[in-house]
Amino acid sequence: MAQLQVKNLYKIFGLRSQTALEMAKDGKSKPEILEKTGCTLAVDNATFDIAEGETFVVMGLSGSGKSTVLRCLNRLWEPTAGSVMLDDVDIVAAPDEQLRQIRRTKMNMVFQHFGLLPHRTVVDNVAFGLEIQQVAPETRQERAYEIIKQVGLEGYGDMMTGELSGGMQQRVGLARALATDPDILLMDEAFSALDPLIRNQMQDELLDLQEQMQKTIVFITHDLDEALKLGDRIAIMKDGYIVQIGTPDEILTQPADDYVASFVQNVDRSKVITASSLMFDHPSRIVSPKDGVEVAIRRMRKMGISSLAVTGPKRAFKGYVRIDDAVKIQKKKGEGQTLEDVVMKDVPRTHPDTPIAELLPHVMESPYPIAVVDDEGRLQGLVMRSSVISEITGVENTDTPATLEDEA
Amino acid sequence: MIDLDIGGYIEIIIDWLTNNISPLFEAISAVVTTVIGGFESALMWVPYLIIILLLTALAWWLVSRGIAAFTLIGLLLIEAMGFWEDTMVTLALVLTAAVIALFFGIPTGILAARNKVVEGIVRPVLDTMQTMPAFVYLIPAVLFFGLGTVPGVVATVVFAMPPVVRLTNLGIRQVQPDVVEAAQAFGATPKQVLVKVQLPLALPTILAGINQTIMLALSMVVIAAMIGAGGLGGQVLRGITQLNVGLGFEAGFAIVILAIVLDRITQALGTGRQGTKQ
Repeated sequence: MAQLQVKNLYKIFGLRSQTALEMAKDGKSKPEILEKTGCTLAVDNATFDIAEGETFVVMGLSGSGKSTVLRCLNRLWEPTAGSVMLDDVDIVAAPDEQLRQIRRTKMNMVFQHFGLLPHRTVVDNVAFGLEIQQVAPETRQERAYEIIKQVGLEGYGDMMTGELSGGMQQRVGLARALATDPDILLMDEAFSALDPLIRNQMQDELLDLQEQMQKTIVFITHDLDEALKLGDRIAIMKDGYIVQIGTPDEILTQPADDYVASFVQNVDRSKVITASSLMFDHPSRIVSPKDGVEVAIRRMRKMGISSLAVTGPKRAFKGYVRIDDAVKIQKKKGEGQTLEDVVMKDVPRTHPDTPIAELLPHVMESPYPIAVVDDEGRLQGLVMRSSVISEITGVENTDTPATLEDEA
Repeated sequence: MIDLDIGGYIEIIIDWLTNNISPLFEAISAVVTTVIGGFESALMWVPYLIIILLLTALAWWLVSRGIAAFTLIGLLLIEAMGFWEDTMVTLALVLTAAVIALFFGIPTGILAARNKVVEGIVRPVLDTMQTMPAFVYLIPAVLFFGLGTVPGVVATVVFAMPPVVRLTNLGIRQVQPDVVEAAQAFGATPKQVLVKVQLPLALPTILAGINQTIMLALSMVVIAAMIGAGGLGGQVLRGITQLNVGLGFEAGFAIVILAIVLDRITQALGTGRQGTKQ
């Protein structure tokens, strides 16, 4: 079940927001509303669900309303209309005290410019959320030091935050948000103010931390590479509305419109697209030992290919059988050899989540397609050399399982 | 043209106030008299050498050796000119006016920072307090409180309060919005935001306001003396009325010395200690 459900969320800045809201609901455009009412439509009918433990990235250029959406989630800015359900509570309708309770325990935030208290030490900044909850000083210090260690700030606890570099300061910001152990982390362009090297490092560390913590993260960014790297799903915003929501693969391979397409065209696709989105799964490329040699040979001849993937019960991947080996057994029928005896086991295989950049060396070396095998050893599909190359070069992939493959 | 007799209306209001709410003025008078009496007797009771040494030590600790030396020599000079008691009377008046001004001014500044309507009302009032010539409200002050120290203090408060209100307001408004947002995002109540974030970060600016308030209070001592406040202002006034140039200058120097000492010490409260801490 979704942990956070945002439904028909509107945020309009300006005095005549109600009139503007009616116009927005009638489908009037942003400039039209601005001209008639003087109001800015910042978020236009945003609806999305975020699952527990998911990293949900909201991406858009400046002025697209992405930070506004985030601030509506914890009501730093009051939404004009709509609902934000956290578990079973509508945050938008919550009274002040309940809202504060949610902010203290359920969702915390990391800010672009850190928002640290310059008159306090690192540890006192990290303990700030606990201090607000009136946790006893010893307990919160202890917890703060624990978190400081976790984010790699050990030994910096007693320094003033102003003495730290940007990357270090944002670690303090992250530690401060984690200290209260919230269910949801709101990260507003958290790494955008850092220089690229540090940003990359922080992204990696966030991914590592997320592996251990499994928090629900709502991450705002204007950087597509960052979105693709961190996001389980990405929402792309333009002029206040959400253009598309999808996994990084979906965003890259099936952009909803020209806007998204123009966004993604410069991405290094090879680092983002995974084996699972390139593989195909067709019964004519697979054979099971119980099908027998005859079937295997007929399939290969019909398809004009020289090898088939061999799978056992429950699609357990065994290897490949080559046409010449199959023909050999067919000729020596009397010796009782089966397909299983001639399976080549030493063949390239990969995991569904592997980016295709890592597949490239294997496709170039191996004469066979690459088998995509999941954690349980089941064959998920096959990746062809031609589809990897066409994906990387960006040329439309017209491969279908029926076409001739280029292997030896 | 329309002929408006604003002065006439104000006279009516002042008359009405004098006749009808004199208990309020008496209460204010009693409070001011008590505070200033307390300061005066305390300052008079302590031997002058001890006060001089204390201020010198404070200047040394907060500011620098140079200012400490200036404090020592300057205050000894005042004593040598025979103005010690007058100086203490003036200091008591300044401190009383400053304490009252801060007591009302800081909360007003906080309110103005948190509420646009309050700010909208407060600003023109502050403009009036600062630019209305002091002599104009000196007379009603005498009507309300009679001659003496009390109307002097009241007039001084009126003149000296605006900087601390303005700078408290400014200081809080200048706190970076994302720091305030961060505190709110962590579930801080408005009071927690004020106490844990806004006031500590606005402190240097607020202290600059306190410094300005004290300096303005000191600049009012001669005017306050015109309605009988006494002290160094009284000596200056006597110098003027008796055409005694020497006396006027002597008392004037004493005011300058006191002003420099108070300024350097209160300024260091705002910047110096904050500076050494970081």
